[in-house]
Amino acid sequence: MRTIQDELADVSLFAGLRPEHLALVAGCGRNVAHAAGEHLFREGDPADLFWALRAGKVAIELHAERRGALTVETLGEGEVVGWSWLFPPHRYAFDARVVEPVRAIAFDGACLRGKCERDHELGYELMKRMARLFSRRLAATRWQLLDVYGAPAAPGPV
Amino acid sequence: MTAAAAQGLGPPPARPAGALLPASCRVLSTRRELPDTWTLELEAPPGFAARPGQFSMLYAFGVGEVPISFSGLPGPTVPEGRLVQTIRAVGATTRALCALRAGDVVGVRGPFGAPWPVERAHGQDAVFVAGGIGLAPLRPALEAALAARARFGRVVLLVGARTPADLLYREQLEAWARRGDVEVRVTVDAAPAGPGAAWTGDVGFVTALLPRAGLDPARAVAFVCGPEVMMRFVARDLAGLGVDPARVLVSLERNMHCAVGTCGRCQLAGSFVCKDGPVFPWPQVEPLLRVREL
Repeated sequence: MRTIQDELADVSLFAGLRPEHLALVAGCGRNVAHAAGEHLFREGDPADLFWALRAGKVAIELHAERRGALTVETLGEGEVVGWSWLFPPHRYAFDARVVEPVRAIAFDGACLRGKCERDHELGYELMKRMARLFSRRLAATRWQLLDVYGAPAAPGPV
Repeated sequence: MTAAAAQGLGPPPARPAGALLPASCRVLSTRRELPDTWTLELEAPPGFAARPGQFSMLYAFGVGEVPISFSGLPGPTVPEGRLVQTIRAVGATTRALCALRAGDVVGVRGPFGAPWPVERAHGQDAVFVAGGIGLAPLRPALEAALAARARFGRVVLLVGARTPADLLYREQLEAWARRGDVEVRVTVDAAPAGPGAAWTGDVGFVTALLPRAGLDPARAVAFVCGPEVMMRFVARDLAGLGVDPARVLVSLERNMHCAVGTCGRCQLAGSFVCKDGPVFPWPQVEPLLRVREL
């Protein structure tokens, strides 16, 4: 039977982490399942948890006046949902709705923050990995904002 | 030896017989793909033999001439003697081409340019990455791979579009996905949300699909077509996943005019996009695309 520590090795955020650090991280996690249509969290909720997805799909959504609900990103197997647990005020900034049934490891954010405070080597390693994740998602968001597929008005007779 | 030949694309094809004089070709049928995008099925000029990735110069009589890649070539889905070209109306000439109807006549010169070297992925995994209307020039290459499916390992198609309503060839994407021997992943930059939303696919930039595809960097040969800025990001992320840049091919779009490497309008340093391209190995054009004056 695979343990949570075994499962973590398949999540890119934790891949290659030293076994003793993986064990510390795994100690804050538990297996969960969510049906399509459930919300993992809603904007403004206390950000107690984050999820490493083992299967399924989650839509990160935002409600805007007069535009209704918009999906800004979808996340799937091997990806991490939620980072508001890391920073004050520890409130989620978006909604996370399950689009396809999810199996995941849910982590207690306060538990992991505490371990990172006590073991700075683990904390630094996790922070580097989270920073890389933020950087990738920020770049992808910028590319989305560029609207690169829009047809520019042709200057000539084209 | 040209730079393209040195990179393994082989010498550019010889100048075709119909290089300078347009042949009059009848429009056999038209199809509106998107509000501003039409596909024309044309009667091919006699002896016209085009390959995936090549283009022709289409002449809307009295208006102008533009380079348009082939989006369908004779094979399992297109009858012999026909050409299929998908055009987005962005200016006077393309608007005139999109307004053509069955029975109208258009001028055709070509075929021109270096084709997609699909055979480079024989025994490897063929990965097609398309953005927006970039799916059109890739479609004949994908169809060529599917027509010789046993020669390839995995065949993967990754598609990015602005919104679900902007997805080109949506019915065909669904048909390919149902085949089972091609992995199709589609993402859009933005989509309406909520339980009743029609779009249940991925949302995010096309680069998000690359790690999700689980590519084997040692086996992947990537054929990338879309806006230049998108191809830069895709090539960069493929390199980040360990794919050798020499295994990445891109199709460039420039202001091609004569299409035979004479007028110089599409010159990119020592290459002419019309003659040496439009398909290039990424390492050949990557440093040039960083020169903003080019």
